[in-house]
Amino acid sequence: MCSYIVEKAALVGSAKGRKGWMRIDTANVYFDHPYYSTLDHVLAIDFTNEGEGGRDRVAVELSADSARALVARILAALASGEAAHGGPAPAITDSAAAA
Amino acid sequence: MSPYRALQAETVKCGHNGDQGEAYYARPIAAGKYPGIVVIHHLPGWDEWIMEVVRKLAHYGYAAISPHLYFREGSDSPDDIGARVRAAGGVADAQVVGDVAGAIAYLRAQPNASGKIGMIGFCSGGRHCYLTACTLSGIDAAVDCWGGNVIVDNPKDLNQKRPVAPIDLTEKLNCPLLGIFGNDDANPTADQVNRTEAVLKRLGKNYEFYRYDGAGHAFFNTWRDAYRPEQALDGWKKVLAFFARHLASSATSIAAE
Repeated sequence: MCSYIVEKAALVGSAKGRKGWMRIDTANVYFDHPYYSTLDHVLAIDFTNEGEGGRDRVAVELSADSARALVARILAALASGEAAHGGPAPAITDSAAAA
Repeated sequence: MSPYRALQAETVKCGHNGDQGEAYYARPIAAGKYPGIVVIHHLPGWDEWIMEVVRKLAHYGYAAISPHLYFREGSDSPDDIGARVRAAGGVADAQVVGDVAGAIAYLRAQPNASGKIGMIGFCSGGRHCYLTACTLSGIDAAVDCWGGNVIVDNPKDLNQKRPVAPIDLTEKLNCPLLGIFGNDDANPTADQVNRTEAVLKRLGKNYEFYRYDGAGHAFFNTWRDAYRPEQALDGWKKVLAFFARHLASSATSIAAE
């Protein structure tokens, strides 16, 4: 398929692209044919700063399975990281403090 | 008739209503009159594979041109430009039809023009080809290669940029149409292809549809895993025979090579 379907996520963050580090405010996420990968379809994410015109991007193309695995690992990293750094959940914070 | 091995290819400027964008233009070097073909690029953009298609058509005796439909986004790499166009929801149908009209005007203005004009489009360009064939006059043959969203099942998919489903314009189709499709494609699905054909048949249009088993979307594209050589070779034979028949010229076909 080839579609214009894009999930847009508002972000607060930064990314390193061809011109070095830049602030980003948007992730454009879509599942479609890749530009670079030889896979038939990929989960693609373009990190951009649409507030500054969105002309530069940091792009990734992931297989569907690895994209799902990444989502799980992001959540796991957030959980463990927030626990280690005094996140909002008291039990996790206590656990992290004990560790 | 032998193919034309000596070609000239270059980037030229063409446009519509004052907008002048880049287009990739290739034709045989040998003096003569050649039918023109507009190559409408796929959604990823105006990339190297599309330029290979332009040169392939020139090899078979056509003056072929592919307008860069995303030129308004600047001169970055095709993938970066394509990503920006996607993020903006694509290009507007009216703008694409205008850019194709500009490319046709460019072809007609060349001293090598035979006067016949064909079109071929891939992926979103297949849809654009169907749309344009139902919108512009003076086109002699059109080839839709797996254009998705010709049929729009969910009215919410219509918007300001794509206000009308091309299928609803079929009555205005006034040139022969060739359709090439992979039966494993998800957009268009085999069912949507069948429904498109039913409309063409009901309206008495001049069309030929070819469906390929073991092929999905973009199976001509040698840059993708989707490439299916056996089906693609047969598909190209169908395309070249169709153009040779309807653009009647010194052009040749794979079978004749």
